[in-house]
Amino acid sequence: MVTTTEKMIGNYPDERGHFGPYGGLFVSETLMDPLDELREAYQRFMQDEAFLKELDEDLKHYVGRPSPIYHAKRWSEELNGAQIYLKREDLNHTGAHKVNNTVGQALLARHMGKTRIIAETGAGQHGVASATVAARLGLECVVYMGAVDIARQEANVYRMRLLGAEVRSVESGSKTLKDALNEAMRDWVTNVDNTFYIIGTVAGPHPYPAMVRDFQAVIGREARRQMPEQAGRQPDALVACVGGGSNAIGLFYPYLDDREVAIYGVEAAGSGLDSGQHAAPLCAGKPGVLHGNRTYLMEDKDGQIIETHSVSAGLDYPGVGPEHAWLKDSGRANYVAVTDQEALAAFHDLTRIEGIIPALESSHALAYAAKLAQTMRRDQIVLVNLSGRGDKDMHTVAAQEGLKI
Amino acid sequence: MSMLKEKFAQLRQQQKTALIPFITAGDPLPEITVDLMQDLVAAGADIIELGIPFSDPMADGPVIQRASERALEYHVSLRDVLEMVSRFRQMDRETPVVLMGYLNPIEIMGYQNFAEQAADAGVDGALVVDLPPEEGQEFQQILKQHGLDQIYLVAPTSTAARIERICELSGGFVYYVSVKGVTGASHLDIKSLDEKLKQIRENTDLPVGVGFGIKDAETAAAVSQVSDAVVVGSALVSRVEALADQPEKIGAALRETLSGMRQAMDNAVHK
Ligand SMILES: Cc1ncc(COP(=O)(O)O)c(C=O)c1O
Repeated sequence: MVTTTEKMIGNYPDERGHFGPYGGLFVSETLMDPLDELREAYQRFMQDEAFLKELDEDLKHYVGRPSPIYHAKRWSEELNGAQIYLKREDLNHTGAHKVNNTVGQALLARHMGKTRIIAETGAGQHGVASATVAARLGLECVVYMGAVDIARQEANVYRMRLLGAEVRSVESGSKTLKDALNEAMRDWVTNVDNTFYIIGTVAGPHPYPAMVRDFQAVIGREARRQMPEQAGRQPDALVACVGGGSNAIGLFYPYLDDREVAIYGVEAAGSGLDSGQHAAPLCAGKPGVLHGNRTYLMEDKDGQIIETHSVSAGLDYPGVGPEHAWLKDSGRANYVAVTDQEALAAFHDLTRIEGIIPALESSHALAYAAKLAQTMRRDQIVLVNLSGRGDKDMHTVAAQEGLKI
Repeated sequence: MSMLKEKFAQLRQQQKTALIPFITAGDPLPEITVDLMQDLVAAGADIIELGIPFSDPMADGPVIQRASERALEYHVSLRDVLEMVSRFRQMDRETPVVLMGYLNPIEIMGYQNFAEQAADAGVDGALVVDLPPEEGQEFQQILKQHGLDQIYLVAPTSTAARIERICELSGGFVYYVSVKGVTGASHLDIKSLDEKLKQIRENTDLPVGVGFGIKDAETAAAVSQVSDAVVVGSALVSRVEALADQPEKIGAALRETLSGMRQAMDNAVHK
């Protein structure tokens, strides 16, 4: 446990991207200088008032920020526990928190003079958010997506193509998100002169975990301002789902030094942690090195990365952002997991009781929040990051009920 | 103790450029790897680079990715790879072996454990693609204690300051990645290569090898005139791939390709 009052905000990562023993820069030599150039540019622009103003304007007028906070009264009533509030990232342009990051990175790409954007995607949300900003800025865009994910996220593939992006199917390895990330890295190493790689979560080599966090931290900054206005005080607990961990860190980060606020990251337990069919590296994995950083991984005894399972494509990733690994070890945040079935139940509950159809990823956070709320008093508050809307998941949910739409 | 230094000294005397073939251990069948290593030596290999299969070979092109996938169908582990080297060593005490791979399988075995077992098996050096000098110091120290060389990459994007530092830290030889891209990429440019090698040599007396993008005997010959070692990977692995269903034919195919390169290189030097 963190018993000290050490300040966490602003202290991590160190100059080389380390969060305690995690993070860092584990890439081939060819990428070392380009990553250094990126770090330098990012640090410079984050101090640049004109750049920050442009970013703020985009977040306000293009993304639709600030996103509201909504008190789910009927659901809270039904659960008969703590009051559940939702941070409505589902109302952002393109339907998820992912766009907060792509707007920021695309702006950076333009300021760095890059003309081509590449991205990896699992559920397709980050791919859509990347294709969206590329369209708006007139940049060429290539999105790498595992063949398995292309098959289960058809609608998003079509959206990306409509937006003018080229979607490249990745046939190597397990043909899912991790392989798409490998392939995007290979593209970047080959086309590094004109290409900017927009990573979609707080993973990858330094400076990505810190940079993506900083672009997503707008979620928590707004929440910290909104909660006192709306609920009269800050929440007792924060809950967010963790795939790579970007929506979670976005909410958590501005609260890290508020030690009285409990923090819960929710991983995908798939068919159950005991089944081995899950995507919960923090709950059931061990530390290793993948995709440019040291973090908790799902790996076998030989150090090979193993396939993950989750009903939600956006959580189907064998690694997790290094800052979460550090928050876990330091005891500042708790990491738990909920199964496909629990997430689906929460999906239906929120839809029927509050008239909000959540993304399956976010449904994991909702499922845990419901459990947690029931252990708390009615005058306490749980703030859940509703990271995205469920439109993209209609097929998956219908298929679970044996329907085809 | 690493035999790399000795080997390069020998080659220098003979005015020869080292030929370093790469194959992935266990591809396409674990039981033929040691035989293939001997075939490579018979065809003129001076040093062998043996790939450790990994599920996520981020710096490799499709040819070597698929080699990893084939080996992993047989669950070839780092321990298995070391065991192969050890069997090779019983038959060949002169050809240095360098392992090439990614950090995670080594990390899970433990640096100390790996170094001990690698030294016992007769490994001479290790090249860990995703371990740049910034993160590699602990590993390097441990390798050194066990008499193993750590080989670092220099890339077209490496700045002067990085080149200097990498040269300082490298053991055995310095490996110049001749193209921006993954293994198996094309478009190698000899002229800019020559300039980059000169820049590297200003920083070190270590031999400088060149790899990534050497596809045929002609390129091997051209590169051999400006470098101390020529590393050939995808060109060989694609022959393995083509014959994956007829493994008994792979040895002869590798010998054919490699000896063609050897001849072209030796002729070029004597020109
Ligand atoms: C709606 C939504 N939530 C969460 C995630 C998981 O990503 P992260 O953990 O980076 O927030 C995704 C990824 O696609 C997503 O689409």
